[in-house]
Amino acid sequence: MASSTVKLDELISQEYKHGFFTSVETDTVPRGLSEDVIRLISAKKGEPDFLLEWRLKAYRHWLTMAEPHWATVHHPAIDYQDITYYSAPKSRQDGPKSLDEVDPELLRTYEKLGVPLEERALLAGVAVDAVFDSVSVATTFKDKLAGLGIIFCSFSEAVREHPELVRQYLGSVVPYTDNFFASLNSAVFSDGSFCYIPPGVRCPMELSTYFRINARNTGQFERTLIIADKGAYVSYLEGCTAPMRDENQLHAAVVELIALEDAQIKYATVQNWYPGDKEGHGGIYNFVTKRGDCRGANSKISWTQVETGSAITWKYPSVILQGDNAVGEFYSVALTNHYQQADTGTKMIHLGKNTRSTILSKGISAGHGSNAYRGLVKVAKSAVGARNYTQCDSLLLGDRCAAHTFPYIEVKNPTARVEHEASTSRIGEDQLFYCQSRGIAPEDAVSMIVSGFCKEVFKELPMEFAVEAQKLLGVSLEGSIG
Amino acid sequence: MNSAADFYRDEFARIATTLPGSALPWLRHGREAGLACFAETGFPTLRQEDWKYTSVAAIEKSRFLSPPPTANGVAPGQIDAWGLAGTQRLVFVNGRYQPRCSNIGALPAGVTLASLAEVLGRESERLEGVLGPRSDPYPSGFAALNQAFFSDGVYLHLAAGVALETPVHLLFVTTEPGLALHTRNVVRAEAGSRACLIEHHVALGDGAYLSNTATDLVVGRDAEVEHLKLQQESLKAFHVAALDVDQQQGSRFVSRSFALGGGLGRVDIRVGLNAEHASCTLDGLYMTDGRQHIDHHTRIDHAQPYGTSREFYKGVLAGASRAVFNGRVIVHADAQHSDAYQANRNLLLSDNAEIDTKPQLEIYADDVKCRHGATVGQLDPEQVFYLRSRGVDEADARALLTFAFAAEMTGRIDMAPLRARLEKLLLGRLPERVKELV
Repeated sequence: MASSTVKLDELISQEYKHGFFTSVETDTVPRGLSEDVIRLISAKKGEPDFLLEWRLKAYRHWLTMAEPHWATVHHPAIDYQDITYYSAPKSRQDGPKSLDEVDPELLRTYEKLGVPLEERALLAGVAVDAVFDSVSVATTFKDKLAGLGIIFCSFSEAVREHPELVRQYLGSVVPYTDNFFASLNSAVFSDGSFCYIPPGVRCPMELSTYFRINARNTGQFERTLIIADKGAYVSYLEGCTAPMRDENQLHAAVVELIALEDAQIKYATVQNWYPGDKEGHGGIYNFVTKRGDCRGANSKISWTQVETGSAITWKYPSVILQGDNAVGEFYSVALTNHYQQADTGTKMIHLGKNTRSTILSKGISAGHGSNAYRGLVKVAKSAVGARNYTQCDSLLLGDRCAAHTFPYIEVKNPTARVEHEASTSRIGEDQLFYCQSRGIAPEDAVSMIVSGFCKEVFKELPMEFAVEAQKLLGVSLEGSIG
Repeated sequence: MNSAADFYRDEFARIATTLPGSALPWLRHGREAGLACFAETGFPTLRQEDWKYTSVAAIEKSRFLSPPPTANGVAPGQIDAWGLAGTQRLVFVNGRYQPRCSNIGALPAGVTLASLAEVLGRESERLEGVLGPRSDPYPSGFAALNQAFFSDGVYLHLAAGVALETPVHLLFVTTEPGLALHTRNVVRAEAGSRACLIEHHVALGDGAYLSNTATDLVVGRDAEVEHLKLQQESLKAFHVAALDVDQQQGSRFVSRSFALGGGLGRVDIRVGLNAEHASCTLDGLYMTDGRQHIDHHTRIDHAQPYGTSREFYKGVLAGASRAVFNGRVIVHADAQHSDAYQANRNLLLSDNAEIDTKPQLEIYADDVKCRHGATVGQLDPEQVFYLRSRGVDEADARALLTFAFAAEMTGRIDMAPLRARLEKLLLGRLPERVKELV
């Protein structure tokens, strides 16, 4: 056991592999936040008045709010006046028209990350709306998608081209008054992705976007809005890697999903932002509000997330099950190592009849990592025949890590059936011994057991992502998972 | 209207000299510290996480008075119906010990069983460490009020190796509405000793009053203590109870809590497995109807290695009632080889009932086995169908299945007279024609 522990420690302490820094000229507004900064952001992006008004309302509301502290996470106070709220790669007057016009430095960055942006994208069958810091610089496959009536573009472009859709749906799932970080995001969000699938259309490819945090001290305030109209289907992937950095960076994104009648949205995330060094210095603060609204009958929203990065992850992708027979799903793997902290989970709000939800959460804690599942299953009086099944398991590696479970269950309808199960255990010496007695090296045995532990979640990921997720788990934990 | 803090300060000034041990400086100091703490914190509010689902605004608004110290005229005959055969019985009427109604038989050597007031008058040094000012903060305003106002309770001390075979029946009777009763029980079980206590709360009449009780229990090395609680307060009463248990090495503790009465009930059970190989079992059953609101908060601290905890709570909710269950298990750093299991099962019988359950695990050690589960549901339609196919009508089938669901908890009681009493109470809720089916 002693030798395997040494080996495990060695593997656990691997360096972050995606830590490089691309120097690109950026266009940055001064630090700090005020109405002037918001007006400046809005003006720079040439936004219509309704959006500026909305931002200002959000900002004024934000000023009345206090930063929340109830999560099981600890961090030094954040100085909101010491953050740069807008940073965009400097573009030519009209923006790039094709890949040739894109800054080659940027393209090389994507290449290093393995983003299939050029021809490879076509082969890989992935349309990428790549977000480099805050502005989309290139979008592929647009024509093909446009042929089907699908709108997939950066948020700024959507504001310019489809203001009526943005106006109709923006803030309808996460209002600007929702919470401290969502309000902040509403006031200062710089860009993000927008996707609209027209009625009856099944999006033929996995849509994906890459977020990166690049310019020093730039808080990222992304906003994603996905609408699946009646009978539409879309699968959306979000993946993240970030360069190595010393200072903490705040990331407060908002994601809104809207599924109308018979529509289905699958949203998958692989998050691998810089988690800080072995002593817990630096790393990203990832305070995100993600919520889906199953607005129509028979709609379905499914969240899948693999969280291996960030110094602090604080998010609860939720589903409001409004339509009758709506289905909500949440599949999560969260890994914390060194001094990482994660407080994550989901909320399933059952309002419609015969709504169903499934929650499957797997937490892995190593080193001094702290991992908390916090979830809410709420069955309103109107939710006749609602059904929920929740399972959260925690795996502990190391005697200084922590794993917590805080499931809130509120039921107001007698026909509801709600089940919650949770377990916490560590990799047993007997399990390791069993593997070793069959000639499997301790390191392989650990990776086998961890893979097996996460398998139920990984199988919900699209294939390309499942491979990446396994790799990220490997980088974060040890060398040879998979 | 003056604030609750002012009201209780005035009450304290009015009755402080009539409280037991008022001549003892350390106790006076302890009571004043409790009062000062209450003045600062007040009653808990919904904004506090631990009170998120339970509003005590109604208690705050009511101005319950402290009972007069003189004994009232309760005749033993009035309370005999609540008695349990084969027990040492201590009766407390409106928060004060009533020797006339009580019945303490012969005790083995090494057992001290008396009212708290009596011990304070006789050997106050035994209680100085327990009832004096406390260094850590009070868990809630109710604990602080209890510290300031407690009027009596039981003191049970078991010397090392002594087994008290006869269960101790503590019967708390409230006779009048409008009273605030604060009682305190202190139990010390030395190494290798054994005892069983039954805490039983009842009322004459159906008035509104506040019953605020706190029990402080130390289970010594390899000792074994069982605490059974039967709450049958009036349906307008406010019942707030706390049970704090400190467990030593190899000790065993069992708590079974049955909440049937009370308009608003809140029970806090906190168990510290403070030495190796300690084990505890926490069981509970709450059955609510009408507009009742019953809240159970339990907390088990696995502070040392090799601790075992088992927790099982069941709830049956009818009418427009509401129940809350919050079970918290904390495995501290270095409490390796801890083994914890917790389950909460709820049966919702009506459209207007509500359950809020939160089983919570917080783990800071790695070599542990912890599981918890919670379910909410209604009666299985297939089981109802089975009974109907055998000629039992729907209402009876549902009553029978509900009884079976609840009876699992009473079946776990070892103490026969109490088990029989509870089964009778459960049967009493069944329609006549179903009783013969049981």
